[in-house]
Amino acid sequence: MTEIWDGLTRAVQLIISFDPEVLEIAGRSLRISGTACLLASLICLPLGSLIHFRHFRGKRVLINIIQTLFSVPAVVIGLLLLVVFSRAGPLGELGILFTPAAMVVGQMILIIPLLLGLTISALSGVSKETADTAISLGASEFQTIWLVLREAKYAVLAAVIMGFGRAISEVGCALMVGGNIKGATRIITTAIALEAGKGELELAIALGAILLFLALIINIVLNRLQER
Amino acid sequence: MKPLIEAASISHGYGGRKVLQGLDLSIDKGEAFALIGPTGAGKTTLLRIIDLLEVPDAGEVYFDGRRIPRSGKERLDIRRRMSFIHQKTRVFDLSVYDNVACGLRWRGWERNKIAEKVDHILEMVGLTGYAKRNARTLSGGEAQRVALARALVLEPEVLLLDEPTANLDPVSTAKIEQLVSCLAREHNTTLIMATHDMSQGQQLADRIGVLLDGRLIQAGNAANIFRSPQGKEVARFVGMENILEGVVMTGNEGTVMVNVSGNAIQAVSDYSVGKEVYACVRPEDITVSLSNTRSSARNSLQAEVTRVTTLGPLSRVEMNCGFRLVALVTRMSAEELDLQVGKEVYATFKATGVHVMERGISQ
Repeated sequence: MTEIWDGLTRAVQLIISFDPEVLEIAGRSLRISGTACLLASLICLPLGSLIHFRHFRGKRVLINIIQTLFSVPAVVIGLLLLVVFSRAGPLGELGILFTPAAMVVGQMILIIPLLLGLTISALSGVSKETADTAISLGASEFQTIWLVLREAKYAVLAAVIMGFGRAISEVGCALMVGGNIKGATRIITTAIALEAGKGELELAIALGAILLFLALIINIVLNRLQER
Repeated sequence: MKPLIEAASISHGYGGRKVLQGLDLSIDKGEAFALIGPTGAGKTTLLRIIDLLEVPDAGEVYFDGRRIPRSGKERLDIRRRMSFIHQKTRVFDLSVYDNVACGLRWRGWERNKIAEKVDHILEMVGLTGYAKRNARTLSGGEAQRVALARALVLEPEVLLLDEPTANLDPVSTAKIEQLVSCLAREHNTTLIMATHDMSQGQQLADRIGVLLDGRLIQAGNAANIFRSPQGKEVARFVGMENILEGVVMTGNEGTVMVNVSGNAIQAVSDYSVGKEVYACVRPEDITVSLSNTRSSARNSLQAEVTRVTTLGPLSRVEMNCGFRLVALVTRMSAEELDLQVGKEVYATFKATGVHVMERGISQ
């Protein structure tokens, strides 16, 4: 049990001493997951809105599939992308395997279903009359979607935070398509896996605590943003 | 003159339930039209179709002589010439100012012009000083005024209102009614409102249409609707409480005698002898007295009071004179006459106060 306590004190030391390697790894984690979350949001907020507002055949089934994909293991996505991005694979020419770009793609794919599903349910929480009122006042489809998204801002923000949380905490995909290369694709979670494997439990726990600390800061920032 | 809005053989339903059934309606520019009818008659659905929120299952809508396509951008362009105040008012989770400004912003207006317009309309509806408040924190009456301002700031050619004062107290109701009629007149706005409140329809509208079970049964001015309803259903809806079954006995130069359960009732009508009719009398057109006073009122029936109920300043007197008759009298006179169950009275009403209609039509 002493490892946990030692790990936590180590975490505090690492944070206040601005350990360059830890800073680098943490920064990369933030950049990769932040990018993945931003890009996924840019896709999912409009797309989820369209799915919510449009009537089409198979809408129920589509939403069911999206919700099922919440449970896809990160490592499975990593595996699929490994095949796709490998030199002989269909997108091998891009040459992005074992780069942060591949990790961003992997995390995006991982959280897109979650962001889509949560966007749809966030919008369902806004009464139909709100959209009707906007349309009656002369809003175009896009303007209506924008207004309703703003009405649902708390739930939409929660969706984005969930998406970011799933991205920054996954390890399977980052390991598969990133390769945990020091100074290039090593992020907090892959570093934890490595250190734990080496028996450096203290450092692994310290890194885990730092990850949570980062998540806390992101949460505070996002909540501040939406209160404006 | 071509009508501004025309609905031709509109049918519409939700999940197998028919709401509108082959409805025709045309409304002229600048007209104030009230749709009255009980809940579920299809008033809201008709307004939604006119506002192009809904595409009818069958039938066509014409605006300014142009047929409206079932999809596409033209619908938005035409919708932007109208405003619709829904029954369930939804103010957006924004400031009062932004609520009122959003329609203009969506139309791409300039910032300065928007500010000018919004300030002006907020003053009109008495919400100056509320501009920065979040609209969700307002009371029901204030929120309804925001909804009104939001719709009127657009200076629409057509203003659609769905039960604009449902759930409001009488003071707020009066305020809203006054604003609507004043602003509509100022801009020559075409007004289409749905209401189940007949006095509101009478007050605000030039023409009234009665919607029953998805059909427009009758349209005309208030006197026409309230004095000469077509059919028993309309008669009942517009408050003709006494609908008496009878047969025309004699007819002479526009007046007839109708036999109602053995009583002869004189009425103004052209129906021929032997016709099966309803003789309808509004309860407020019946006077109740203790002695048989024959004045210009032509019908005076002996009756026994069976029930007296107080409705605010009025008393509703149910009587039996071979058939059931209901009269509305002031509470004062009910007290003066000492109207109680079992009391012998005379029920008097004019021949011109009796509306005679053929049985078995329109339903």
